[in-house]
Amino acid sequence: MSDFIQHLINGIAAGTIYALVALGYTMVYGVLKLINFAHGDVMMVGTYLGYATAFQLGRAARTSLWGVLLIFLAAMAACALMGFVIERFAYRPLRDKPRLTALITAIGISFALSYGFQLDFGPLPGAAPRAFPEVIQPVEWLVIGDREVVVWNWQVISLLIAGLLMVSLQYLVFRTRFGRAMRAVSFDHRVAGLMGIPTDRVIAVTFMLGSALAAGAGILYAIKDTAVQPLMGLYIGLKAFVAAVVGGIGHVPGAMVGALLLGLIEEFVVGYTASSWREAVAFGVLILVLLVKPEGLFGRPAAEKV
Amino acid sequence: MADPAPPSLLPLWARGPLPVLAAIVALAAAQAVVGDSPFFIYIASLVGVNVVLAVSLNIVNGMTGQFSIGHAGFMAVGAYTSGVVSLALSEDAVSGIPVAASDQLFFLLSLLSGGAMAALFGFLVGLPSLRLRGDYLAIVTLGFGEIIRVIVQNTPALGAALGLSGVPQRASLFMVWFWVFVTVLVARRIAHSAHGRSLWAIREDEVAAEAMGVDTTSYKVRSFVVSSFFAGVAGGLFGHFVPIINPNSFTFVKSMEVVVMVVAGGLGSTTGAIVAAVALTLLPEVLRSAFTALGGGDAVLAQKVDQIRMPIYGLLLVALMLARPQGLFGTREVWDVLPRWLPRRRPGSPA
Repeated sequence: MSDFIQHLINGIAAGTIYALVALGYTMVYGVLKLINFAHGDVMMVGTYLGYATAFQLGRAARTSLWGVLLIFLAAMAACALMGFVIERFAYRPLRDKPRLTALITAIGISFALSYGFQLDFGPLPGAAPRAFPEVIQPVEWLVIGDREVVVWNWQVISLLIAGLLMVSLQYLVFRTRFGRAMRAVSFDHRVAGLMGIPTDRVIAVTFMLGSALAAGAGILYAIKDTAVQPLMGLYIGLKAFVAAVVGGIGHVPGAMVGALLLGLIEEFVVGYTASSWREAVAFGVLILVLLVKPEGLFGRPAAEKV
Repeated sequence: MADPAPPSLLPLWARGPLPVLAAIVALAAAQAVVGDSPFFIYIASLVGVNVVLAVSLNIVNGMTGQFSIGHAGFMAVGAYTSGVVSLALSEDAVSGIPVAASDQLFFLLSLLSGGAMAALFGFLVGLPSLRLRGDYLAIVTLGFGEIIRVIVQNTPALGAALGLSGVPQRASLFMVWFWVFVTVLVARRIAHSAHGRSLWAIREDEVAAEAMGVDTTSYKVRSFVVSSFFAGVAGGLFGHFVPIINPNSFTFVKSMEVVVMVVAGGLGSTTGAIVAAVALTLLPEVLRSAFTALGGGDAVLAQKVDQIRMPIYGLLLVALMLARPQGLFGTREVWDVLPRWLPRRRPGSPA
């Protein structure tokens, strides 16, 4: 029983990380109908930036509250800028081209980022797998029995942050002026432009938001896993995408639910079989969802507009 | 779009078997002429395998307008299947014919089983994802390629992370380039058949194609299965000239390499895929030799070629999409863009 509860907790913790990445995926897909393949790699870059900032701060400063905030803010701001640049120079020129063109571009950016970070020169030479410094001291938040079930403080913090972000995104999309513009652009960006909505700006801001979220998720992930490496974005990005599809891509709470579900499924499959099957789980879930309910849990089946 | 079938120069009776027979004779002659420099044979085989991969991927990514980025996964399935078959049969021989001939017969059998297994996987992966819009296929194939690698790395019977060794080295230039020929032949025949017309229609406008009575899912799955089959055969060929079939040969990087070949050559151009495959296979080798020579045998500089190749592929894709999204040749074949003073294969076709 305690095994079961521990798996449950670990699954939710893994799911929250996927959720943060999946929120960015689903938001960008919502406005642009583009699978931003490079999203996971933006997360990877954000994690490296967080690593670099933490390193610069030194041991004492980086564990203080302001230090932690600074690490998060620096990484998130830099990634927002990066998201803006990618959108402006790679995706915007292709917005009215066939969708495949933008997808190929996204794959190209993802590839350039993940393998560019493995190069042996530059500010972070080699970018080999690194141990992320402990910016949040791991504290056992809740211990049940003889250490049969352990809840760590960072698991609680991640879950709270993810929940808070989801609620604020939901508020942003459905209760604000900007959110209304986002929904209009999502519905039809040409007509939205005719109605006086600054389409370019809305899309750019959405991209920046998504990228900043990814950077935050990356650092939370690194605190949990303590390993930073150039290809991490590929796998987490893939899983986050699966989570977004499970929940119905384009649907904000759906991404959250899908991510938690995926984290739990993964944890239970791995917990009761072998850890080597972890990578296979998300893919199996994706195939299953595509076969049974391709629009996802909350999505509406979309008819192709002609 | 595909042009109408060119009027052939060959008489009707010769169009079926004659090109195949001619190719076999020509390849056998070439095999005898080029000799047996191991480095040359290795590079020429590698080029051949990459041409098979690029031309087969072009059937899906170019002609059908879908986007698969997990070709290396199918290659891995083919490599391991044919490797296991070859290992199982390595002691046997068909009685009554020379040993070499029997070896080649078994090799052909193992290649076909590798291709068939890859085609089966192609069907299983393609069916759910091809029912939906194109983007899903990209993600599913990427996931599939990675999963195949994870499964192989966890299977002791396939050598796990160390790789499958001891597969008899039966590949010859003749066999590799024979399959190049078969792949190109099939790709060209598909492009100019009624079947191919349906694929082009799907590529141009899926909704319109469906409205014209094309069973889009069925056609997409079929082209995906054909493409997977040849990827499997390419894997089988590859597995029979490298010393060890290693799971790390079939990573996302390999898939991307093939994607770059297809996109750079022109989505939908078979000859474009061939040109790009040959160029992109030779380029790193040439650069590596050049750097080794320049650095006075400095291996570090030469290793940089491999490292820097991958981010450049990524940037190349972005640059191509921004500047020339149809690739070098677009859907045209090489002879459509030859200078005007050269004799035309297709007089009157738009250049």
